[in-house]
Amino acid sequence: MDLSSINPILLLASLMVAATPILLAAIGELVVERSGVLNLGVEGMMITGAVCGFAVAVTTNSPWLGFLGAAVGGAVLSLLFGFLTQYLLSNQVATGLSLTLFGLGLSALLGQGYIGIKAPAFPDWHIPLLGDIPVIGPIIFQHDPIVYLGLILVGAVWWFLNKSRGGLILRAVGENHDAAHALGYKVVRVRMMAIAFGGACAGLGGAYLSLVRVPQWTEGMTAGAGWIALAIVVFASWKPARLMLGAYLFGGVTVLQLNLQAAGLAIPVEYLSMSPYIATIVVLVIMSAGRAPGSLGRIFHASR
Amino acid sequence: MKRRTLLASGAAAATMATLGMPARAQDKTKVGFVYVGPTGDGGWTYEHDQARQKMEAHFDGAVETVFVESVPEGPDAERVMTQMVLAGADLIFTTSFGYMDPTLNVAAKFPDVKFEHATGFKRADNVSTYSARFYEGRAVQGHIAGSMTKTNKIGYIGSVPIPEVIRGINSAYLHAKKVNPDVEFKVIWIFEWLNPAKEADAATTLIEQGCDVILQHTDSTAPQAAAQEAGNVITFGQASDMAEYAPSPRVSSIIDNWTPYYIARTQAVIDGTWTSVDTWDGISTGMVEIGEITETVPAEIKAQAEALRDSIADGSYEPFTGPINKQDGSAWLGDGETADDGTLAGMNFYVEGITGDIPQ
Repeated sequence: MDLSSINPILLLASLMVAATPILLAAIGELVVERSGVLNLGVEGMMITGAVCGFAVAVTTNSPWLGFLGAAVGGAVLSLLFGFLTQYLLSNQVATGLSLTLFGLGLSALLGQGYIGIKAPAFPDWHIPLLGDIPVIGPIIFQHDPIVYLGLILVGAVWWFLNKSRGGLILRAVGENHDAAHALGYKVVRVRMMAIAFGGACAGLGGAYLSLVRVPQWTEGMTAGAGWIALAIVVFASWKPARLMLGAYLFGGVTVLQLNLQAAGLAIPVEYLSMSPYIATIVVLVIMSAGRAPGSLGRIFHASR
Repeated sequence: MKRRTLLASGAAAATMATLGMPARAQDKTKVGFVYVGPTGDGGWTYEHDQARQKMEAHFDGAVETVFVESVPEGPDAERVMTQMVLAGADLIFTTSFGYMDPTLNVAAKFPDVKFEHATGFKRADNVSTYSARFYEGRAVQGHIAGSMTKTNKIGYIGSVPIPEVIRGINSAYLHAKKVNPDVEFKVIWIFEWLNPAKEADAATTLIEQGCDVILQHTDSTAPQAAAQEAGNVITFGQASDMAEYAPSPRVSSIIDNWTPYYIARTQAVIDGTWTSVDTWDGISTGMVEIGEITETVPAEIKAQAEALRDSIADGSYEPFTGPINKQDGSAWLGDGETADDGTLAGMNFYVEGITGDIPQ
């Protein structure tokens, strides 16, 4: 065992990178769930975003357009979910699960022509001055722009939910859709917007995998990241700040696990792999007071 | 399309079977393939599918093939195989280690259908096994890796801890050590054959811990991309050439060429000469090919590596030749002694010098 071979600065820096896709997907899902909709199709939207982003980036040779395409792709798929659950009043759990399966198949189909191709380079930003600070610089200020976009999004969502009128409406819709409806708010419209935002974020998260972290297109490449994002939302008890903590915890365990293995530490990897999920369950038990949005997963129709 | 035909003809065959009609009356020989990953993984499954296509082309219409990709290793594989049999398959190739017991279970139910299981060790009257001696290729990689490393740290991304993978690690280590006594191996197991995100993370982790050579036993090109981004790191194509990352970081590769084997076995079924065999071929028959060694490798090292490859091919050198001790220091092979296939097939120990434990 040689723990000295683990460089804590690089470990923390790669932790931020590892956490970014799940952070992006989770912040979108948080908004969706705060509006009272449970979309279990995160995995499907992520992988669709991954392939859309990759295809657009390769075609236009621009990673930025790729990320835009990924957000659009994820949002379009999520609107399909929105249409089914909000207008046709289908069961959200079943629809979300089928969205995941559909997304996996659709992405495999769309990705047929993009196998074995390299993505255009997406350079890191070395932020001047801040990036030169010892220790903190390499950890926080020398990443690619999407890492910062993820952090900004978390801040923006926090501000929106807690400080803005729109956020208040969204939370009202999520807590009690009948009351919100009685007050004259357009429950379905608010939820559709939240669902589209969630889809776009999941798409960005997927594209981060296919354009930055891996970077290439392979079928099924999200490999469960969407489910982790769902778990983080619950872990964070629907609060943006805790969500960030959760994402870094989950991302951190992944990276730490690999580092410990490479350093030759003989602790069973399985324990580390399951620790984030155990943490989620523990949090769920302890925080039974910090409850889910009141209308979460319930079907709304104005006539009922 | 293939899957749809498979389903349709499967249903037809099932109907015929219930009507008591012979379901296997057909002219064309039908060959099924069960894949563990998508055909576009760029590695393991890709090469199997290439071989399938070439085999089909070779028989020019006399053979029909069907395949199902991304089949999980476990009970679900039995369903896929059964469906293939009901669709009239005469010969089925199951191309991953984890299909071993499912293949035997299905084979026991259909004694007239022939099965070929890749990389396994359990056979039956209608189940053959076939595998390639990838470890011969690993010896060449180990030689290049040991010669090229400047940090003396070589990273190895392991997939699932089964003998095939452990053999590769041992073989690479022995030959790296031979040219560079200071070499150290860092092994990360990801417990999957294909997970690009994890493979990329594993490669990045190894590079961050000072490795400047990455060997992989996983199926995607993600580690190649990670190495390219890091710069000054070399890699080797796994299962497939991965030439899109040549000349650097990918400096060479192990290519699995299953085509001759698939043609021979299908021919045997057509001729009615098929018997259960255990095939384990290496560089000599071309089942294992060494991909072009690029100009990133100095000419001298390249010549040595090619000489090593040729000596393995003509049988004058065996990668596991003693003296070799096991990791705990106990003797395994005496001076000049070579390993027998039985030990190699069940290899579950590291050789002396590799640190860390094999996960159980």
